[in-house]
Amino acid sequence: MEFKYTILILLLPLLSFLLLGLAGMKMRHRLAGSIGTISLGVVALLSYVTAYNYFTLDRTAEGVFPTVQPWNFEWLPFTESLHIDMGIMLDPISVMMLVVISTVSLMVHIYSFGYMKGERGFQRYYAFLSLFTFSMLGLVVATNIFQMYVFWELVGVSSYLLIGFYYTKPEAIAASKKAFIVTRFADLGFLIGILLYGYYMGTFTFTPVETNLMGAGMILPWALGLMFVGGAGKSAMFPLHIWLPDAMEGPTPVSALIHAATMVVAGVYLVARMFPLFIAYAPDTLHIVAYVGAFTAFYAASVACVQSDIKRVLAFSTISQIGFMMVALGVCTSADPHDGGLGYMASMFHLFTHAMFKALLFLGAGCIIHAVHSNEMSAMGGLRKYMPITHITFLIACLAIAGIPPFSGFFSKDEILTACFQFSPAMGWIMTVIAGMTAFYMFRLYYGIFWGTENKQLHAEHTPHESPLTMTFPLMVLAAITIFGGFIPFGEFVSSNGHAYTIHLKASVAVTSVVVAVVAIALATWMYARDRQPVADMLARRFPRLHRAAYKRFYMDEIWMFVTKKIIFRCISAPVAWFDRHVVDQFLNFMAWSTNAAGEELQPIQSGKIQSYVVWFFGGAIVLTILLLLLL
Amino acid sequence: MEINLQEIVFYVVAAFIAVCSVLAVTTGRLLRAATYLLFVLFGTAAIYGLLGYTFLGAVQLMVYAGGIVVLYVFSILLTRSDKDMRDKISKPKLVSVVLTTLVGCALILFLIFTNGFVLDAIPQGVELNVKEIGMALIGGDKYEYVLPFELLSVLLLACMIGGVLIARKR
Amino acid sequence: MNLDIHVIHYLVLSTIMLICGIFGFFTRKNMLATLISVELILNATNINFAVFNRYLFPGQLEGHFFALFGIAVAAAETAVAIAIILNVYRNIKKIMTDDVTDMNG
Repeated sequence: MEFKYTILILLLPLLSFLLLGLAGMKMRHRLAGSIGTISLGVVALLSYVTAYNYFTLDRTAEGVFPTVQPWNFEWLPFTESLHIDMGIMLDPISVMMLVVISTVSLMVHIYSFGYMKGERGFQRYYAFLSLFTFSMLGLVVATNIFQMYVFWELVGVSSYLLIGFYYTKPEAIAASKKAFIVTRFADLGFLIGILLYGYYMGTFTFTPVETNLMGAGMILPWALGLMFVGGAGKSAMFPLHIWLPDAMEGPTPVSALIHAATMVVAGVYLVARMFPLFIAYAPDTLHIVAYVGAFTAFYAASVACVQSDIKRVLAFSTISQIGFMMVALGVCTSADPHDGGLGYMASMFHLFTHAMFKALLFLGAGCIIHAVHSNEMSAMGGLRKYMPITHITFLIACLAIAGIPPFSGFFSKDEILTACFQFSPAMGWIMTVIAGMTAFYMFRLYYGIFWGTENKQLHAEHTPHESPLTMTFPLMVLAAITIFGGFIPFGEFVSSNGHAYTIHLKASVAVTSVVVAVVAIALATWMYARDRQPVADMLARRFPRLHRAAYKRFYMDEIWMFVTKKIIFRCISAPVAWFDRHVVDQFLNFMAWSTNAAGEELQPIQSGKIQSYVVWFFGGAIVLTILLLLLL
Repeated sequence: MEINLQEIVFYVVAAFIAVCSVLAVTTGRLLRAATYLLFVLFGTAAIYGLLGYTFLGAVQLMVYAGGIVVLYVFSILLTRSDKDMRDKISKPKLVSVVLTTLVGCALILFLIFTNGFVLDAIPQGVELNVKEIGMALIGGDKYEYVLPFELLSVLLLACMIGGVLIARKR
Repeated sequence: MNLDIHVIHYLVLSTIMLICGIFGFFTRKNMLATLISVELILNATNINFAVFNRYLFPGQLEGHFFALFGIAVAAAETAVAIAIILNVYRNIKKIMTDDVTDMNG
């Protein structure tokens, strides 16, 4: 039961952040990068050790892994039971998240050596990466909802800092502000949810007292729903997804770390963390989560089909895949994995596999952008000859996300689809279609980059080249995990009620999904693999409006701009500003003016003659005494 | 009723003090005012003696009569302001001042008379022991005064330095 | 044998002194004369301290010591005040209160 060393998992990135943040500018790039990477390497190692030790613990009498709290400090006590703690909690999903985060983060650290080579602010970059890793790890090991919130906001801040890393670029500034404001706006819901929860449950821990739960009535679904709003903001659920595509302005490894693998799944993790309460007391809220997730998945997938910026495609693909995870959580109808609770395990499994292959895709995209110095697909095409390693690993990731066996994505997506079919056939079919769309747009991307028309003119000026080993090594590691990750007996470790669950493929679902994926890939091959793309162009010409709307992301940004600028600014902010300027400020001006005028008027009384002062003083004393005598 | 010597002394001294006080603030020459002040201080010392606080009376004589009044006389002579009592204040102002003072006086007397003091006798000839005063002055217990004593010494030192600084030639 | 003088008699005496002091402070134009008035006020206070101590709390010494310290403070105050007055006199050759109005607003 000794997990005292887990505190190092949090402390090392923090120390590395402080060191690099305070003294990094004096260091050479190589040293600063090494400090960050080595500390992260140790963290990753410790995470693996923790995972090994934890999952080899004896199960308790109920057949679940015990929840361990090696550290817990009481920080802010309010009442006997209501206090904010800071600590570390280990249970199956937090240990799983530790492994995911530290692995991806380590890969990104190594990768950044090559990608960020020679950039200004290299040390700052590593400092922020450490800060982010610290916050994210603190989030997943939180012992209570409030600690989670604290680290949640820290994650938001470090995301803001990293998106705006190229702070001389106006787009990056705008994107970082957008990400921060949108997620912050959503976090308001989270905070209100937490406060409601704390008020009615009398505790911030994840396991409230039974009587409080019973007494809360309708409050608990509302509190959980509001928490989900916060989760939706971080996890880019429709309609709060608008920040994520813009966040691609940050350096590509950052996109891989934050906006693909770790931070954006914080919302999923939050819902999973509150899952026992959701399933027992707010199943309806949980189903709303499912519908939101399904719509998001569909919306993002359709937008991803027409984007031309490869990072945008990946961003929408991420949104879509997170939608899958949310759906998987939302379709749960009971805590028993054999009877309607399969989605929980499926969601966590997909979170794990998706983190790996999406990080791989982003890092691969980083290599490509590094090679051609552009995000646009038009600058690519035919790159398979120049970048063999990137090509192969990217293909593996595409196959995984498309759900082709035996890659890891197949297994997790298959579980999700099975769970959906258990919930309702309609949901199952919808998700199967979206899975097919996933395969289609991923292979559209793949062909657009590595096959298709080569931009010979551009490539003649600047021949694309394979990236250095520091960049390809993480690709290979992640590719290996992507290939073999599906065979991890995930249900043994994580399931909705903690009991071991053996994953078994349901033949009908598996066959359907594979067939759909293969058809979609074939379609993409037919449309995009050749030099010319007559079918795609023809479709774009035939449905110009639809194409344009999809390209513009169905005008979601414009709608938000309309709502904020035209409605909120004009109808709320402008009157408030007017009130502030004309009433509040003028009132204070009046105070200042009246003081000044009164001073001018009273000034002659200050004659400087002591005797007149004394007469006043004595007279005042007499008056006061008489008043006291009369009153008492 | 029987009148003893002490009471006679008290009333004589009281009358003396009252007259000298009035004169001290109404006389036209400053040096005389200082002299009347000296008499008032002497009378006060006599009152202390009557109360049995002979040490206090002695201090009063030494510090006030011996030290302060001499200081006054010197400064009066130094500033050549003995005859400088011109500038009588204007009539209406004088009236208002007199009124204010009378109201204040009436108020104070009203308070004194309505307060209902009942004690009217103290043991005669019981003198406060100087040794007792000395022990209380430098003792550190309750009702002992070493801390004010030290504070006062610091105050006096500060005044001395301040006086020297202010009055020296530049 | 007792001294049969009512407290009030002492208090009336000190009141006369106090009122004289206040009146002097109001009317006198010479700074040294106002200072003399202040001395009268302080003396009245000291008498009150001593009288209250003697009559109301004969077993204690607070009033006595307040009077004692009052004398010392008065001495200090006078020394500083006279130093200031001398300095003023040296600078402007006058010590009339109406002439010293640099502190007006």
